[in-house]
Amino acid sequence: MTAGEHTEIAHGSGAPPAGGTPGAGSRSWVRPVEVLAVVLVLALVSRGWIVGHTGSARVQSWLTIFVSIVIQASPFVVLGTVVSAAIAVLVPPAFFARVLPRRPALAVSVAACAGVVLPGCECGSVPVAGALVRRGVTPAAALAFLLSAPAINPVVLVATAVAFPGRPVMVLARLGASLLTAVVMGWLWLWAGRADWFRPPARPELDGLSRPAAFLAACRHDMTQAGGFLVIGAITAATMNVAVPPSWLHTVAGMPIVSVLALALLAVVLSICSEADAFVAASLTQFSLTARLAFLVVGPMVDLKLFAMQAGAFGRRFAIRFAPATFTVAVLAAAAVGALAW
Amino acid sequence: MSRQLHALILGLAGGALARLAITGDSSRYVRAGLRPYLIAAAAVLVIVAVASLWYRPAPQPDGDPHEHEHAHGNGHAHGRFDVAWLLVVPMLTAVLVAPPALSSFSASRSGTALSAAANSAMPPLPAGDPVRVSVLEYASRAVYGHGTSLTGRHLTLSGFLVSGGPNGWYLTRMVITCCAADAQPIKVGLDGAIPAGLHAGNWIEATGAYTSRVVKDSVNGEDIPFLQASTVKPIPAPDQQYVS
Repeated sequence: MTAGEHTEIAHGSGAPPAGGTPGAGSRSWVRPVEVLAVVLVLALVSRGWIVGHTGSARVQSWLTIFVSIVIQASPFVVLGTVVSAAIAVLVPPAFFARVLPRRPALAVSVAACAGVVLPGCECGSVPVAGALVRRGVTPAAALAFLLSAPAINPVVLVATAVAFPGRPVMVLARLGASLLTAVVMGWLWLWAGRADWFRPPARPELDGLSRPAAFLAACRHDMTQAGGFLVIGAITAATMNVAVPPSWLHTVAGMPIVSVLALALLAVVLSICSEADAFVAASLTQFSLTARLAFLVVGPMVDLKLFAMQAGAFGRRFAIRFAPATFTVAVLAAAAVGALAW
Repeated sequence: MSRQLHALILGLAGGALARLAITGDSSRYVRAGLRPYLIAAAAVLVIVAVASLWYRPAPQPDGDPHEHEHAHGNGHAHGRFDVAWLLVVPMLTAVLVAPPALSSFSASRSGTALSAAANSAMPPLPAGDPVRVSVLEYASRAVYGHGTSLTGRHLTLSGFLVSGGPNGWYLTRMVITCCAADAQPIKVGLDGAIPAGLHAGNWIEATGAYTSRVVKDSVNGEDIPFLQASTVKPIPAPDQQYVS
């Protein structure tokens, strides 16, 4: 890829001109490593003050939820980034082009089903999907994989079966509706997607580096970027978790269509890991099974933390179109499958 | 320069995760079963950090071995905020501020999640007088088993206090599946003599007997069974505050 392709940048100001001398100005007076050292010293010195000013129950709950989302996601982010770095370094560029069907529409369906192989939650699938695009997989197929992997892998399906004892239909419905959403979104991207919405995930050039050096550079880049956007998502999710009173849910539970939308929105707001969401859905007993299915289908595909990570990986112009479209398709798929199943 | 900075941030993250997992403080945030995975993730992060610092790429002709990393307008060009910095925030928060496990604030905002734990197998309680049962076990035997297996027994439960408004105190435990973001309370009401001076969030041990009284949780309308408590005494918070 060339610098000219980057017409759009995820967060704010423009890219430095290609071929220029980026950083020459900002590095002349202070180095980032020194800033980090100052930040650490300040944090240690002001520890007592910080602890003293975070005493209220609401602030403490916010901090606990914020920290816990990051910690819980970290093993999955590390796994996802190591897999993505391995794809970048070990898989030859033409490999996926050979393995996937030539027709893009067919490649989308195959990629959606391939989501079964990546055990873990949605945090790990973002860097892997990025690596697939860099390795020449058509974006529509990589997006189908991105959507299906966190929802249909065996770990998540077993968790769903455990959370809904005696209701194996829920597992099948989740599998069916999630696959349907992933495939429809891939086809939708083929039909309506525009290349300039999608910023191919950039990464330092690895050409010319030895394999270990390239692997390290890819790991370092993906871990810091995916991790940084995970933190943005965790901040939003913790804020919504503490700010939105759960009791409003009770009032809408009885209304059929509203309740489906309410739980779909709740899934976006809570940003729960896809390995845990089935247990939360199981506890929302005042809601219909179709509404809870919408919660399970939307959650792994669209949520606040995932939105931040997708915007970081593929650009904000992509995320603001892709997330609402996925939300709509996922709700419709859940409603259709729910109508068939119950 | 981003090589060194990113290596140090990843090293810091790895160190913080390792510390949380080894000291057991991670159980305030995630389920205990995640500890081996946290240690593995911490090891990978530290290895990547150390190897990155140690393994210098060969210098490029332009004099800076890392300059080519910025030439394509990617995520960390100078002059733009590098999101890698954000990783410092949760790691320092976890190690330095160490926010406590979720307690009465979150529990009072969420409805009791008994139905998620519905369990049809209810063998007789083990021997013992009083016999120790968990809040979850008591609640599911009381609501789904109509208290049959509890009647006539002397029972000890422990948990923290949540205000139930007109229903008095609820003895509560938080159940988590993955992390504190999915925590949900299980509540058991307390009848009988409750000592004065207790506050929401205090951990107590209550001994008493089954009573058939059941109220509806004001948040989600689920059943909250009651315990007729004969003695209530404060206890220190346990190491594992969540049930998973």
